[in-house]
Amino acid sequence: MKPRKAVARTPLHLAILFFVGVWFIPTLGLLITSFRDPSNVAGSGWWTVFPRLFSGGQFSLQNYVGVLRDQGLGIAFRNSLIISVPATAISTFIASFAAFGFAWMRFSGRRVLFMMVVGLMVIPLQMTFIPVLPIYSKLGLAGTFPGIWLAHTAYGLPLTTYLVHNFMSGIPKDLFDSAAIDGASPFKTFSRIVMPISVPALASVFIFQFLWIWNDLIVGLVYLGALPNVAPITVSIANLVTNRGQDWELLTAAAFVSMALPLVVFFSLQRYFVRGILAGSVKG
Amino acid sequence: MRKGFVVLLALTIVGLAAIVGLAEMKYVTVMHGWPGEQAPAFQKIVSAFEDANPDITIIVEVVGRDRPALLATRLAQGNPPDLTPHPWIGTMKQWADAGEIVNLQGIVDTSDINPALVPIGEYRGGLYGLFIFPNVKSLVWYNPKEFAANGYAVPDTWNELQALSQEILDDGGVPWSIGLESGAASGWPGTDWIEDIILRTAGADFYDQWVAHEVPWTDARVKAAFEVFGDMFTDNFVLGGATGALTTNFGDAADPLFLDPPAAYMQKQATFINGFITDHFPNLVAGEDYAIFPLPGISADATPDGSIPLLVSGDVVTVFNNRPEVIKFAQFLTSETAANIWSSELGELSAYVDADPAQFDNPITRQAQEMLLNATVSRFDGSDLMPGEVGAGIFWTGILDYVSGIDLDTVLDNIEAVAQDAY
Amino acid sequence: MAGELQPSGGKASKNRARIGERIAARLDRSAPGRWVLRTGRAIARWLRSVRWNSWAFVAPALLLIGFFLVYPTVTTVVRSFFGRGTSLFGPNVEYVGLTNWKYVFTNEIMLTSLRNNALWAVLFTACTVGFGLVLAVMLDRVKYEKIAKSIIFIPAAISMVGASIIWKFIYAYKPAHLDQIGLLNGIVVAFGGEPLGWLIQRPWVNNLCLIAVGVWIWTGFCMIIFSAAYKNIPKALLEAARIDGANEWRVFRNVILPLLGPTAGVVATTMVVQVLKVFDIVYVMTNGNYSTEVIANRMYKEMFNYNNYGRASAIAVVLLILIVPFMIVNIRRFVSQEGGR
Repeated sequence: MKPRKAVARTPLHLAILFFVGVWFIPTLGLLITSFRDPSNVAGSGWWTVFPRLFSGGQFSLQNYVGVLRDQGLGIAFRNSLIISVPATAISTFIASFAAFGFAWMRFSGRRVLFMMVVGLMVIPLQMTFIPVLPIYSKLGLAGTFPGIWLAHTAYGLPLTTYLVHNFMSGIPKDLFDSAAIDGASPFKTFSRIVMPISVPALASVFIFQFLWIWNDLIVGLVYLGALPNVAPITVSIANLVTNRGQDWELLTAAAFVSMALPLVVFFSLQRYFVRGILAGSVKG
Repeated sequence: MRKGFVVLLALTIVGLAAIVGLAEMKYVTVMHGWPGEQAPAFQKIVSAFEDANPDITIIVEVVGRDRPALLATRLAQGNPPDLTPHPWIGTMKQWADAGEIVNLQGIVDTSDINPALVPIGEYRGGLYGLFIFPNVKSLVWYNPKEFAANGYAVPDTWNELQALSQEILDDGGVPWSIGLESGAASGWPGTDWIEDIILRTAGADFYDQWVAHEVPWTDARVKAAFEVFGDMFTDNFVLGGATGALTTNFGDAADPLFLDPPAAYMQKQATFINGFITDHFPNLVAGEDYAIFPLPGISADATPDGSIPLLVSGDVVTVFNNRPEVIKFAQFLTSETAANIWSSELGELSAYVDADPAQFDNPITRQAQEMLLNATVSRFDGSDLMPGEVGAGIFWTGILDYVSGIDLDTVLDNIEAVAQDAY
Repeated sequence: MAGELQPSGGKASKNRARIGERIAARLDRSAPGRWVLRTGRAIARWLRSVRWNSWAFVAPALLLIGFFLVYPTVTTVVRSFFGRGTSLFGPNVEYVGLTNWKYVFTNEIMLTSLRNNALWAVLFTACTVGFGLVLAVMLDRVKYEKIAKSIIFIPAAISMVGASIIWKFIYAYKPAHLDQIGLLNGIVVAFGGEPLGWLIQRPWVNNLCLIAVGVWIWTGFCMIIFSAAYKNIPKALLEAARIDGANEWRVFRNVILPLLGPTAGVVATTMVVQVLKVFDIVYVMTNGNYSTEVIANRMYKEMFNYNNYGRASAIAVVLLILIVPFMIVNIRRFVSQEGGR
């Protein structure tokens, strides 16, 4: 039996269009401005390009060239990669280890410790810098990439452990029982059975962490500094905002350069994100 | 096998040579937050130094608004940059008290610095900041061509200035452009106005008492100064009114003067705005298309000898780590070479003791330099001398609050409350 | 299931045992030595009883968290009872008791910040969770779901600085007689109004403008989570309700909402925890001026700009105290989930 049209289609489409429009227009404005001439940007609104969209002479790549070459954003991009990819990988690994331990292993204090780990999500990061940094410095980790990998991992652990744990606790117990019968060690169970199943959840956590770390400003600034050979792209852009606060054409181009990679990551791994992130939380 | 061994040996020799070579190379880290045109100018100074000292490499770290935070965390870590130019005299004194910066007395020779500037960096008998990047703040910038076209005369007295503003208004123009926005530091241009006004209405001695918090912020003379500033926002004297001033970035506030037709005719700002003007309008010629006149005195009681008080500010260089190469670079910064690069690149003032104003190409720099040398009454920017909570905190937000309509007594009470705690 | 540490037999362990006996014998000769021996044996007993494999899994995480999160929290709480200064505990730092605490709860700017954080907590959470839910349900019914979802999620991929640039541009003001370059004023002027300085209109308009930026960024995240949960609802349930004659609104209220309740709980708590820490948006767009101050920004200023570490610590602890009730709710849910397993 064909289900009747329960919702009038037009209002639905209009409502969606409204939301999508409001969400997209700011980004569109950014995109258009990044291709415009500085004098145009200061003189007229970006929406004025539309009447003359195809008449030429309005757009150029000069802002992007300027931003990548003159403002050193190319190197900053590389730095952000060096920071984000390993940090996210390490973070996801350690979080999945811990989540598995908390979800499926029995040891005293497990519940309390897990609550503490998740509860620490509330800590504002700035509070941790001054206690931690002198020790970091003595260990020789300040200003190094491995140093910031550890820092990002630690700061992200409460949330990522929580999310992975949410998923792992939903794995049917029978899988473990059969593994135990086969005499598999916990580590084997973890690597051979749990990890493969968890790939959707892990991929979602990976994306989420990657976005967070790529877009982070304050941790990069404090743990690495602003030296051009280590500064991530967010630091370079923040400096641009300070130095050229009203040069919108440069700021917008820089913002887009910074956005490019996270968007690519998001779009290519999107199916995991949709499927995996809370697959364990709604159970029948 | 033999080939491999030879390659390995060659690599080892090269590697050792590199290590030895690297060991010879000394590094000096500098952190600054100069925006716009000043950063490349400083880079030229750095290059000049590196050319003269091939065994020293300067590593420059540019940090914008978060520099205080970064310096604080690096100090806590124990690895601050070797050297930093900054305007925060108040913080410099705190650093000195905590023993975190180097007393340069006897270590750096200050004979190349204009003696009028040296005392700014002195504190409790020690020298903690080299005042080598000065700028003058009491300047009104205008467009001489527009003035000539409209028959406007450069005012010599405050009354003439008021009359000029009224004349511009009557002609249908807007006299003043004010830009108070500056990201995290929004409000500081307004503090410059207040400081200039206090110097001209209450005198330099009162200024000193006010900065040291020996008189409260609620004093009638402080209030009167604020009111002089606030009165500017009546009618149409300021471009865009209060909202315009609050939302315009300081670096863009000079632009309206050079539009066609001009959107405003005067702007009060320090010498460094020169770099912003040339950045936005590369074809303008100093002296012809843009020029300065000093902000006139207001009250004869405040300046009995008829001189015009000068508000001066700028960056002092503070050293965190006492190493020979660091001191060498600091010494170089005081030299004539460095001063010349700075002033020729930016049209900025030179701190060099024997700087001859006639040598500057830029007529504005010449004029400002003469003002600096000849001033009988000059004071350093008050908000930079005050403790951070006040000078870089409540004073700034107080300006914003006052301009956006909050009652003046409330604003002054708030500032006074914080000041009592902070001093 | 978790394995125990099995002692390995063979020559190596016999050698270890012999060396151990010799050390034990030597220690036994003196009183302090015997104390060492006793503690050592107690530790060894505890070590043997622990399930090594379990700890190996959680140890890395616990170590990192202990160093980066727990230790600073403890020092911050202690530091809040001490005075101004730039270092953790140094020669210039003196005990001031409750002075900082008094400041936090009575100072006008702090009270403004607390008010603003409350505003953020309520409006931001309601909007992100509400919009996220509604969007998830609506988009499920259209063919272009995937691209619409992507568009709504894009802001989450933009850094805070990037988002602030975009929205500062939207809120830009030019005097009325000049052309507007900011979108919002462009619209206002097109409808015949006067342009406004959006970010300087205190006390509600500018706060709402800032909150709008936050909602713009985070709604996509909520939507994605709700979408995954919504798709997990068996279609049969919804069909059954429809066949029974319920209209869409009824279906939404009586079937969908209850089933998504737990998800909404998780999402809402996560959002509240995030928003109470809100810093970047306010810091970059207004820096707390014009009555937009929030607690995290206040802490940052006190710590780094005014070098008053004691006060900054007190503010940080207040932030923690505010968030704790929400964490308790979250943890209660975890416990009840646990009970079901």
